[in-house]
Amino acid sequence: MNVMIVGVGGQGTLLASRILGNTVIDLGYDVKVSEVHGMSQRGGSVCTYVKFGEKVYSPIIDEGEADIILAFEVLEAYRALPFLKKGGKMIVNDQKINPMPVITGAATYPENILEKLAAVADVTSLDALALAEKAGSAKAVNVVLLGVLAKNTDIPKEAWLRAVEGTVPPKFLEVNLRAFSLGYELA
Amino acid sequence: MKKLLLGNAAVARGAYEAGVRFVSSYPGTPSTEITEEMAKFPAEEVFVEWAPNEKVAAEAAIGASIGGGRAMSCCKHVGLNVMADPIFTDSYIGVGGGLCFCVADDPGMHSSQNEQDSRHYARAAKIPMLEPADSAECKDFTKLAFSLSEEYDTPFFIRLSTRISHSQSMVELEEREDAPLKDYEKNIPKHVMMPAMAIKRHVVVEERTEKLKAFAESSPLNEIIDNGSDVGVVAAGIAYQYAVEALGDRVNYLKLGMVYPLPDRKLADFAASCKKVYVIEELDPFIESHMRALGLSVIGKEVFTLLGEYTPSMIRAAVFGEEKREHALPEEALPARPPVLCPGCPHRGTFYVLKKLGLTVSGDIGCYTLGAVAPLASVDTTICMGASISAAHGMAKVRGQEFNKKLVSVIGDSTFMHSGITGLSDIVYNKGANTVIILDNSITGMTGHQDNPTTGKTIRGEATKQVDLILLCKALGIQHVSVVDPFDLAAFEKAVKEEVAREEVSVIIAQRPCALLKSVKYTGHCEINDNCRRCKLCMKLGCPAISVDGDGKVHIDTSLCNGCGLCVSVCPFHAIEKKED
Ligand SMILES: Cc1ncc(C[n+]2csc(CCOP(=O)(O)OP(=O)(O)O)c2C)c(N)n1
Repeated sequence: MNVMIVGVGGQGTLLASRILGNTVIDLGYDVKVSEVHGMSQRGGSVCTYVKFGEKVYSPIIDEGEADIILAFEVLEAYRALPFLKKGGKMIVNDQKINPMPVITGAATYPENILEKLAAVADVTSLDALALAEKAGSAKAVNVVLLGVLAKNTDIPKEAWLRAVEGTVPPKFLEVNLRAFSLGYELA
Repeated sequence: MKKLLLGNAAVARGAYEAGVRFVSSYPGTPSTEITEEMAKFPAEEVFVEWAPNEKVAAEAAIGASIGGGRAMSCCKHVGLNVMADPIFTDSYIGVGGGLCFCVADDPGMHSSQNEQDSRHYARAAKIPMLEPADSAECKDFTKLAFSLSEEYDTPFFIRLSTRISHSQSMVELEEREDAPLKDYEKNIPKHVMMPAMAIKRHVVVEERTEKLKAFAESSPLNEIIDNGSDVGVVAAGIAYQYAVEALGDRVNYLKLGMVYPLPDRKLADFAASCKKVYVIEELDPFIESHMRALGLSVIGKEVFTLLGEYTPSMIRAAVFGEEKREHALPEEALPARPPVLCPGCPHRGTFYVLKKLGLTVSGDIGCYTLGAVAPLASVDTTICMGASISAAHGMAKVRGQEFNKKLVSVIGDSTFMHSGITGLSDIVYNKGANTVIILDNSITGMTGHQDNPTTGKTIRGEATKQVDLILLCKALGIQHVSVVDPFDLAAFEKAVKEEVAREEVSVIIAQRPCALLKSVKYTGHCEINDNCRRCKLCMKLGCPAISVDGDGKVHIDTSLCNGCGLCVSVCPFHAIEKKED
């Protein structure tokens, strides 16, 4: 199974991919998680790949090969579309963050992206930011989205919860568990 | 115990298990986490430090090795250029305790200024090089490199690349070996490299390389996987993973775990056993050229690019002519999302002023390289670490004093300590009159917050002496050194105007800590009020939180704004207000 997590640097995609990685090793799969560090973390497009199965070779996902794309931002979801497998699923946080070329007026933010995506793919969109705030912290957007992802896989809920507990600092555990449930129940 | 580990963490684990006692590095993506992970092991077992630059780091590691302890130094590919001087000669000296130089290349330039291939250094310095293909190999190869280093009396390279360094896969953890400190021996013929000694040591190096070639022939590091095909693939590291993903058991493989020296006979036998042989390697045709020089017929860069990263689909297309998997495309061209200075970044104030004054900006490497991105678009040049100062010196000398009065260098605190001091002394010594702005944000920002000699803390977070930048500049012979807050736009503008006009060398220390430091607490957020005349002056800051909608109305996105307040001081109409949450 190939899961691609995309967003804007600083949105917490890295933690999401680590939680997912820890969830699936617990179940005995071989797994590779490919992360982004450095320059692109500074508010640029970021993308991590989580691949698991009997044996994983390449840590990256090629075009047309992602079973699920978890997008933290609408434009980044659209950018990732070529990576989605035919019949694959997209889970999209409906937040929009203007990239610098849009801010400076050199480019425009494409319109009706969610509709365009829905025309070619199976899309679930949600306001993960609102749910994260409801859970107690805007920073928990990543875990809300993982909750939605969890509902869309065959992986048992307990495995996810164990991984959240094992990855998130104890201080933030309660908020994150609430965030996970809000995502999980929504889907 | 099995654990999911980042390639870099696995290298650190391998060094730890090999009983490493000393690690000195300078940060650089994608290598940084190796040293950060090392610092999580107990201080009684391993001394870990950030050095001011790679040359110092490598020399310190060489000294530790001569002193009898196992030692390591890690860097990114361009760091190896800085490290090159000591290691070319250390190749002659060999080791006391096992010694590894771990270098991470960045194909695709995710976070680098060039795409150089560090394998050339292995051949040029005659230092053997191992290349792991996943985290498990990162750990095993590093461990092995330490023992081979002692066995063959040579430093070893471990070569990584972004996708190996920054991907996590499974690793089996083992106990730390006991690698006792070796006796120190004074050995002038081996440790003092002057012509008479080095002439003899060069002979040893050439003999050693022959022995390592024999090792490469028989070592399981270089493994043939025979799938009964008449097509063969030679690959190492990440390219091997891409090849297996793409071609599976439809081809035979010669997987190279050791990329220098190469096993000539194994390569020839493998080539003879196949009708067609592909060499699959990112960046330069290193293995390919070697095979061609052996007279072997191979397919390489005529079907694979010299540029960027490879993908499995690219390999499938080149070898079997197969199409990519079916996929949808966006209906339109999408706006790019380049990295930007963070909300609250102190560099924003600096570049706003430099842009406003229309200065030529000799730039350097760090977060502040983003001062080249629109709308600030203030930086004129970026070459390598330290070059902002020395390149401005050359510019000023050829173009003269009038040009120099509109020229500044900008350099971060870490970069200044890395290689800015020498350039500054060049200017003073050779009677330049440049203005240098040290962007002191109290941290090495770009690579993710490493301490350095100006921050007052070690890699383990202990308090230590802090370099006094003012005294340092004065000691170099600079009389005009000032400290200004780049968020105090008026004061900063005044200081820059004064110093560029001065026909003497001067340094401005633009001091304000990185907004992402835990100790920095901006609160609240900024809001636009009814005074806004839509002049869009605030847009010139290039703050990701401020944008204009279709009707020309300016907005501040409160989820991105951290309340730093820089926009408040830019607005001439008092139309931006700071609100506490
Ligand atoms: C020779 C070399 N070593 C390491 C790097 C990686 N690197 C790029 S910028 C930088 C440090 C930047 O820190 P600083 O100068 O303090 O500026 P900041 O990012 O904090 O603004 C490092 C380590 C490099 N590009 N070249």
